[in-house]
Amino acid sequence: MTLTAKWRGRLLYAGVAAVVAYCLAPFYWMVVSSLRRTSDIFDTSLLPSPVSFENYRAVFSPSQGFTHALLNSLIVAGITTALALLLATFTAYAMARLEFRFKRLILTLIIATSMFPVVSIVVPLLKLFTDIGWINTYQAMIVPSMSFALPLAVWNLTTFFRQMPDELEHAAMIDGCTRGQAFRKIIVPLAAPGIFTTAIITFIAAWNEFLIALSMTNKPAMQTAPVSISKFSGATQFETPFGSQMAAGVLVTVPLVVMVLLFQRRIVAGLTAGAAK
Amino acid sequence: MADIKIPPGTAADAPGPTALRPGRHSPPVGLRRQRARATAGSGRMAALLVSPTLLVLSIVVLYPTVMALKESLYGTKGLDPKTGFIRTTEPFVGLRNYGDIFGTGGDRFWNAFWNTTFFTVVTVGLETLIGVAMALIMHKAFRGRALVRAGILVPWAVPTAISALLWRWIFNSNGIANALVGHQILWTTEGFHAKVAVIIAEVWKTAPFIGLLVLAGLQVIPKEVYEAARIDGASALGQFWHITLPLVKPALLVAVLFRCLDALRMFDLPYILVGAQKNSVETLSMLAQNEASNVRFGPASAYAVLLFLYVLLIALAFVRVLGTDLAGDGGAAGKGAGRNRRVRVPALRRAEVTA
Repeated sequence: MTLTAKWRGRLLYAGVAAVVAYCLAPFYWMVVSSLRRTSDIFDTSLLPSPVSFENYRAVFSPSQGFTHALLNSLIVAGITTALALLLATFTAYAMARLEFRFKRLILTLIIATSMFPVVSIVVPLLKLFTDIGWINTYQAMIVPSMSFALPLAVWNLTTFFRQMPDELEHAAMIDGCTRGQAFRKIIVPLAAPGIFTTAIITFIAAWNEFLIALSMTNKPAMQTAPVSISKFSGATQFETPFGSQMAAGVLVTVPLVVMVLLFQRRIVAGLTAGAAK
Repeated sequence: MADIKIPPGTAADAPGPTALRPGRHSPPVGLRRQRARATAGSGRMAALLVSPTLLVLSIVVLYPTVMALKESLYGTKGLDPKTGFIRTTEPFVGLRNYGDIFGTGGDRFWNAFWNTTFFTVVTVGLETLIGVAMALIMHKAFRGRALVRAGILVPWAVPTAISALLWRWIFNSNGIANALVGHQILWTTEGFHAKVAVIIAEVWKTAPFIGLLVLAGLQVIPKEVYEAARIDGASALGQFWHITLPLVKPALLVAVLFRCLDALRMFDLPYILVGAQKNSVETLSMLAQNEASNVRFGPASAYAVLLFLYVLLIALAFVRVLGTDLAGDGGAAGKGAGRNRRVRVPALRRAEVTA
């Protein structure tokens, strides 16, 4: 490698540009396509001309039921995240701060469940929920979603709690706090950023879930956004409404992307905490 | 740290052992045995804190798994060939569902099995290559690092279902992919090109994630190691091969394990991009879901059980290779760090030797 420093720098910039293009180009194409008119949806120009919001209007037409699907997604992902966080906060605290028998085994088991093929629990639960009349209910989507949300939250929070200095707690306990009080008054406020990041990561996982939402519903009124968009109907049976699918895709993705960009430092820390320290 | 006798009742208030708590910094193996013993108090408190999670996971994971095992031994409702009556209950058929898979009617299963395996091997292989390349670029880049990191998170945040629709649009017969290639390929119809379409879409979404994890591994390698290697005259390639790769290996293996287990249960992408019941892309998850949605719970459960065993087998194989339980004290983090410490010296020595 006898490259001059100048060329090295240029190569590096080319590499950076390539990485950014690789990541953003398909997403950019979704945004551009969503802003085209239906008549020129097959254009391959890099900018939509003229810019039209026709697709976005089509998405919100009552016949697609997309607004309702967004609400369903929000309810299912929101409740799943809240429940998972509540349980995981206690468990993760025990994992990070307490000594007890079988700790490693229990934590390993919890993590192992997150690698479970979702379909292996969807099949039996589908039969069970059919028998007890739970099909097309929120709980039929929330309960199975806990199977991946809870381990994810426990894993992330355990890592966060472990990174926190425990001298503060001990100081508080020496000053007469009980362990519970120390947890409430010292740990939770300090761990708030970690809990918040875990909430985002868990929420994104629950929001993006497709298989459970697809299997547990058969009424359009109960579908979550990803399922609803995948079943968008065009004017005729033989035409896929690509424009409105792209527009809906943008609407579903943009909140996540904004969240990710705002808290990227924390999210990256959360995502990579388990892999390398 | 002496165990103080605490009257029960106030036990929960006892400060936990402070001495060597593993998980923060794993003590050397020799010291492990002297770890402070769990007090009764912290044990009871831990039980209280951990049990809700275990209970929920038992209900949503363990119970359905047991149910799937039982269910896979039953047939489907329908005509009873013996009596000619319509059965209202599912007949017990023993291992016939499994027998069918490994016997005569197993074509669809084996096709799905090979698809799943093919997708996993190819996508994870490509993701690892692209991810490591991305990580190296990001690690070297100082300006624009925030931009790259933000960009890299976008594919991760896009829901798989939406990314599948997006690629379906890109691969449309009049879409941008054909415009770029200059051929009219019907990407999303049956055939090998459908596999290619699925692989491209999957790699786009997940390679950046591997890049992120590897980057985290790169950032903990001390600069001195490279300086020493440079002084000894190791080439850039030699540095990568003898220093970077061995030191990043723990982080990379964890990333690859997670990705493998994820790829083995692939469902959303082929289902939306190409469609259900398409031979060329049907995965085991899709097969089980399809059977279940057609109310054939027996065969569906058998497929689900086999997929579960397959995933378990791969996971166990990985754990053997990693030589550690991933979630042990301090998780892979502690292990990685420990290994780094151990590896650093030989790596340095080797760098000297190759110089």
